[in-house]
Amino acid sequence: MIKFENVIKEFGNVPVLRGFNLHIHKGETISLVGTSGAGKSVTLKHMVRLLTPTRGDVIIDGTRINELNGEALGKIRSRFGYLFQSAALLQWLTVYENVALPLRENTRMSEKEIHEKVDAVLGKVGLEAAAEKLPASISGGMQKRAGLARAVVTEPDILLYDEPTSGLDPVTSRTIDELIHKLQKDLGVTSVVVTHDMISALTISDRIAMLHQGEVVEVTPPREFLHSKNEIVRGFLDSQCIHTEFFEDFPERILQ
Amino acid sequence: MITREPYYCPECTSMFARWGYKGLSFSQQVGQAMLVTLRAVLYIPLMFSKRNRHEVWYQLFFTGIKSLPVISVVALFTGMIFAVQTGIELARFGQEVQVGGAVTVVMLREMGPFMTGLIIAASVGSSIAAQLGTMTVSEEIAALEIMSIDPIRFLVMPRLLALLVMMPMLTLYTDLLAVAGGAIIGVTQLGVDVQAYLDNAVLYAELKDLYTGLFKAFCFGFIICAVACHEGFTTTGGAVGVGKATRSTVVISFLVILVTGFILTRIFYN
Repeated sequence: MIKFENVIKEFGNVPVLRGFNLHIHKGETISLVGTSGAGKSVTLKHMVRLLTPTRGDVIIDGTRINELNGEALGKIRSRFGYLFQSAALLQWLTVYENVALPLRENTRMSEKEIHEKVDAVLGKVGLEAAAEKLPASISGGMQKRAGLARAVVTEPDILLYDEPTSGLDPVTSRTIDELIHKLQKDLGVTSVVVTHDMISALTISDRIAMLHQGEVVEVTPPREFLHSKNEIVRGFLDSQCIHTEFFEDFPERILQ
Repeated sequence: MITREPYYCPECTSMFARWGYKGLSFSQQVGQAMLVTLRAVLYIPLMFSKRNRHEVWYQLFFTGIKSLPVISVVALFTGMIFAVQTGIELARFGQEVQVGGAVTVVMLREMGPFMTGLIIAASVGSSIAAQLGTMTVSEEIAALEIMSIDPIRFLVMPRLLALLVMMPMLTLYTDLLAVAGGAIIGVTQLGVDVQAYLDNAVLYAELKDLYTGLFKAFCFGFIICAVACHEGFTTTGGAVGVGKATRSTVVISFLVILVTGFILTRIFYN
């Protein structure tokens, strides 16, 4: 569904992606993990053409997105929902207005239909009570949930999450993980999650891709990822005190 | 596409190469600013559509009505200061009665649009740059693009429209208040009769002075919007970057307004 073919991305003389190859399948949840500067967020931004590859191709369902502009790009982008690290809610709009914004701008739905849909989505993320609040007056976790509601309200095929649990306490992080898992199950979307949080990656992913210095060094299901012999993967897991034995039945345990 | 990748200047050993790259970068930035603003002009016919009218009305209110207090004070005192300075000199020749004409002509031709431009650049322009800059660094602009909402229609067009409409109106208001300020000084300090002051004002001022002044104000509105939006959209580096964008907006707007004012004066009064 989403293919990166030999993508090279350079900022000036600094290479960030160096011959990046990845194939993301329809309906799967894949987590991109790695140290800071490995190129995770840059990869995500290439999928919606917020960045353009220096060389190589990003292909969405057979369409080379790096060549698109105007309406064609808008059409591809409308298939995506994107949860930003900072939630990126418009600060002068209430939570309700933020979630309603893509519907008001891009559809011909009546206010009544929009109201019903936004209410339903806010219910799913548990934000009915905060609908009339401004983003600045709610917590970081609630902002992330509002951002998530805005990302899914248009019923996209592909959901991109940039550090969905960063800066959140462990309890709120697990709530966000459960929401991502629930949305994936309910909507059957393809999800790409950029995270440093291995617990989160192990919990929600069908596959985990380890990025190192702009390249994919390993892509495997979570269980095999835990048993990986790759030195970079082992180093990353050890740095977060992820011990294979303890996490044997982890995803099932958490998401039951 | 608003979200741009940063411009990198390759390391140059030669001074001329470095200047060349700087010149190239400057030209690119001017071109980008003009393109963004001209694209916003194309969206102006959509100003009263359901999606835009609320923001358009708010920006008209913010640019026009919210600027009135500071413009009132500056305009009144500019007229008074100008009348004092001119009146002292004219009094030496017994011609203080001419002060009305002097204040009116100078305000209509130059000082009205110029003072209004400076105030609006410092208040509204800096506010636009700060808001768009904050939105850029917090990825709100990128979020709009991903939602297929064109930031130029959503954010730039209402601000441009507000500046293009309000700058001439505020300039007219500045002119009137400055002439009134001049009258206060003329009557109370120089002993000029109110009727004589007004007669002189009308006698020396021409309609052309009014039109050219308002046209200048219109151009200044365009310049302020182009500079502020460009600085806002190209902000990088968090809070420090927003501060730099705000400062650059005010400084660049002042300079461009000065130069444009001179060029337009040469064209109209050649």
